[in-house]
Amino acid sequence: MTFVLDAVLCALILGVAAATIAGHGVFRAIVFFIVYGLLVAVGWVRLGAVDVALAEAAIGAGLTGVLFLAAYGRLGREGAGGDAPAPAHLPAAMAGLGVTCALGWAWSALPLPDRPGPQLAEALPMSGVENPVTAVLLNFRAWDTLLESVVLLAALTGLWMLTRDAAWGGRIGLPQHVRPDGVMAGFGRVLPPLGLLVGVYLVYIGADRPGGAFQGGTVLAAVGLVAALAGAVRPPRIGATRWRAALVAGPLVFLLAGLAGAALGAGFLTLPPQIAGAALFAIEVALAASIAVTLAFLVLGPPEETITR
Amino acid sequence: MADVATVVLTGIGLFFFLAGTAGLMRFPDTFSRLHALTKADNLGLGFIALGVAFQAATWREVALLALIWALALLAAGTVSQLVARAALGEEETR
Repeated sequence: MTFVLDAVLCALILGVAAATIAGHGVFRAIVFFIVYGLLVAVGWVRLGAVDVALAEAAIGAGLTGVLFLAAYGRLGREGAGGDAPAPAHLPAAMAGLGVTCALGWAWSALPLPDRPGPQLAEALPMSGVENPVTAVLLNFRAWDTLLESVVLLAALTGLWMLTRDAAWGGRIGLPQHVRPDGVMAGFGRVLPPLGLLVGVYLVYIGADRPGGAFQGGTVLAAVGLVAALAGAVRPPRIGATRWRAALVAGPLVFLLAGLAGAALGAGFLTLPPQIAGAALFAIEVALAASIAVTLAFLVLGPPEETITR
Repeated sequence: MADVATVVLTGIGLFFFLAGTAGLMRFPDTFSRLHALTKADNLGLGFIALGVAFQAATWREVALLALIWALALLAAGTVSQLVARAALGEEETR
């Protein structure tokens, strides 16, 4: 019975993936991409990788989908929404085919790792957390995660560089028009408290069970976006100092913890067991805040309204 | 007994999903398609959640299933209103 479920799931994933890249229409492709992300998340749950499933559902399907939809809406407003002719897709198709071939080669040629690896079970008590995924992400392979958080910051910097001079200093994103007693305004008041609870819980529980800064941060970003779209909160101005501080808090705390490791003689970004628990908690909280603010700002986009000086 | 209840209730739920999907594909305009989709799917999800609840080991799991259904209702209801409003705007500008 479970074999039938898995076989149907695999067929659905492959079918939806094919529907995403084949056929015409950008909007159609985006919708299929979101469905694909959700199905892949179910696949990760079937494999027992709940952390990855949470990240895939929140970031892969949810946030990336919203970014695509926002970009699609912008293309429409700029009058550039038409589909490119087929030859224009050829380089992307070739690149995609190349990546697929390389992954296929890696899958067949590389040795299968022991799972979960005896060294990990030995090292886990020294990591400062109970959840092995969090231990790997924030401690054993801290470099990767630190650079990921910096990449997010760089993406937002790149986006903000696209701001027109006349709009610089304005509130980020498009001005929202919401009827004060409408459906969206009500939704924007009901959902955020619950989402806030779920987001904070995911960040907090990440030390022991599936969850963590990326998953929780994405939920918190979504809470902010719903509140902003419903007009319950106004997005901040692009230059606001405290929001810039929130953007860099995660990488900064991460770097400070890394330096503390170096100062204690363990080496840069190597956390000795006596401070690992506290350091990881601080990193997780700061990282979640930065991820939430960065992702929400990425979706809202640069300020669009010309401000009068 | 619990298994029978699960099979019957999820079966009813699947029937509503099937009906909602048929409506989505066959109804002529945006508003009736939205009607078919949200009404039938919300009911279908409710029946499936109820059916799965018979397999739950603890009351906590039942409460979580109920919460998921309530949130899906809230989201589906809001989104269908927003889609309908957008469609109405498009029709007026035509």
